[in-house]
Amino acid sequence: MGIGRGEQIGTAVAPGRVHQTMDPIVDQIARQRSRKQVRFRLTVFGTWIVLIGVLIGGLWLGGKINLDFLRQWQAYILGGVPLTLVISASSIFFACILAIFGALGRLSSNAVVYGVASFYVSLVRGTPLIVQILFIYLALPQIWQGFAGIPAITLGIFALSFNYGAYMTEIFRAGIQAIPRGQIDAAHAIGMTDRLTMRRVVLPQAIRIVTPAIGNEFIAMVKDSALVSIISVQELLWRAQTVGASKFRTLETLLLAALVYWVLTIAFSLLQDRLEKRMAESDRRI
Amino acid sequence: MSSVDALRAAYPEPVRDPFAAPGKLTPPGAEAIVRLTSLEKYFGSNHVLRGVTLEVYPRETICLIGRSGSGKSTLLKCTNFLEEPTAGSVEVANIRVPAAPLATRTRKHREEIRHIRLQAQMVFQEFNLFPHMTVLENVIEGPVRVKRMAQDRAVGIAEKFLDKVGLIDKRDEYPARLSGGQKQRVAIARALAMEPKVLLFDEPTSALDPTLVGEVLHVMAELAHEGSTMMVVTHEMAFAREAADRVYFIEDGVLIEGGPPEEVLDAPRDERTQRFLARLQQKV
Repeated sequence: MGIGRGEQIGTAVAPGRVHQTMDPIVDQIARQRSRKQVRFRLTVFGTWIVLIGVLIGGLWLGGKINLDFLRQWQAYILGGVPLTLVISASSIFFACILAIFGALGRLSSNAVVYGVASFYVSLVRGTPLIVQILFIYLALPQIWQGFAGIPAITLGIFALSFNYGAYMTEIFRAGIQAIPRGQIDAAHAIGMTDRLTMRRVVLPQAIRIVTPAIGNEFIAMVKDSALVSIISVQELLWRAQTVGASKFRTLETLLLAALVYWVLTIAFSLLQDRLEKRMAESDRRI
Repeated sequence: MSSVDALRAAYPEPVRDPFAAPGKLTPPGAEAIVRLTSLEKYFGSNHVLRGVTLEVYPRETICLIGRSGSGKSTLLKCTNFLEEPTAGSVEVANIRVPAAPLATRTRKHREEIRHIRLQAQMVFQEFNLFPHMTVLENVIEGPVRVKRMAQDRAVGIAEKFLDKVGLIDKRDEYPARLSGGQKQRVAIARALAMEPKVLLFDEPTSALDPTLVGEVLHVMAELAHEGSTMMVVTHEMAFAREAADRVYFIEDGVLIEGGPPEEVLDAPRDERTQRFLARLQQKV
């Protein structure tokens, strides 16, 4: 390769030959450098493979993992993945809506509205997510019986949305505050009310700004959705744990669950990278 | 409020702008369309406007000149209440709103301010186009969302004004793909599409590459000659000379002198105006 070098030094070279310079030593250095980079990446990849192999292969060779058992139950356990994804996706959706209102509240000049929003953020951020989930599932029916009739999955999504909404409130607030003053002036100048300015000018731009951060939150949400297994929502972790516990084979089932979460987060990270690159391109639009 | 009252006493309200005179194109007998009366503006303890009284007649163009920090942009922004004046009053198209820096505006006042903004459209130094909308969307946004005009009618108007500023072929581009001069011309089309009574230009060419200034000034001069009512804050003396009915020189928040460009720019009476213009020429 050595494209960078070739272009820098070989400007006098005829078109089509820019990849190479007249100077063989420069070419050789460039080639060596790129080979070094490739070697580094390959070694990192190899190290990962070895580590995974040692971990799983070691356990298997040592007779600690029963693959037949896994094969028998994998379909059931993996059957929890769609539910995990549904919970994560719907929770992040509702969390975004809560976060928009939370952010507007945190930016409000009305003391009561600001008070409500800051109370919400403080309450949620100051208590563990697991406590919130248990509270909504177990404690609320004590206040009103009707809560007992609501399916656990609904309550789980509610708890996750409520929690993430508070954290994402700060993300949306930062996104809204990142919009330049001139945009608001321009909206006011064409006669827009504050509300219309927010809806037509500020929020559409703020949402673009916070999209990468929402991606991060979604990846975190995929992992945190495992917590609703504690209220018997039959998602990935619940299935792994239930099967493992009843057959005394939690090593296999939890290992499988962990691997699935890991693969999911890697997959979504890659997806997010591509999405961000696409957005950056459409921003340039040149 | 007592300090403001004290100010009012210190600057007794002059009723009329001493420099005002109907412009060349002003219909005979027409009343002033913009009346700024004894405007005061403080930013903290910084006294930016010190009792400015200014009148603009229909179909005339006035230019405000002065060094940066003299208060000329603030004066323009007080005219459409993007800045709340500290004292005095603003009247545009027969809607008069007094300054109320501390009081919460009543709904009636807020509506009146919105009407003033609709009648006095502003073009900004930094263009401030909406980056998430195409050129056409930028121009129809106000008519459709604020004036609640039907989409196809708004598009018709937008196309007329985009054609006027020479950018009809860019109607579906996003602002990021336009040059500074093109952006500013779109911003002018956006202001025109609101069909206002007055156009406010806040240093419209100051953020532009020198090679792009001409295309924007050309559009503005055309508007002036067609009889648009314009208040222009500018450093472009050639434009002021060519297009303005009156030029005002402002320093330290006070209108020092005003009159036809050939008086104020070529034979300034006040020593401060002379000094400012001399400095400007030194630069060239």
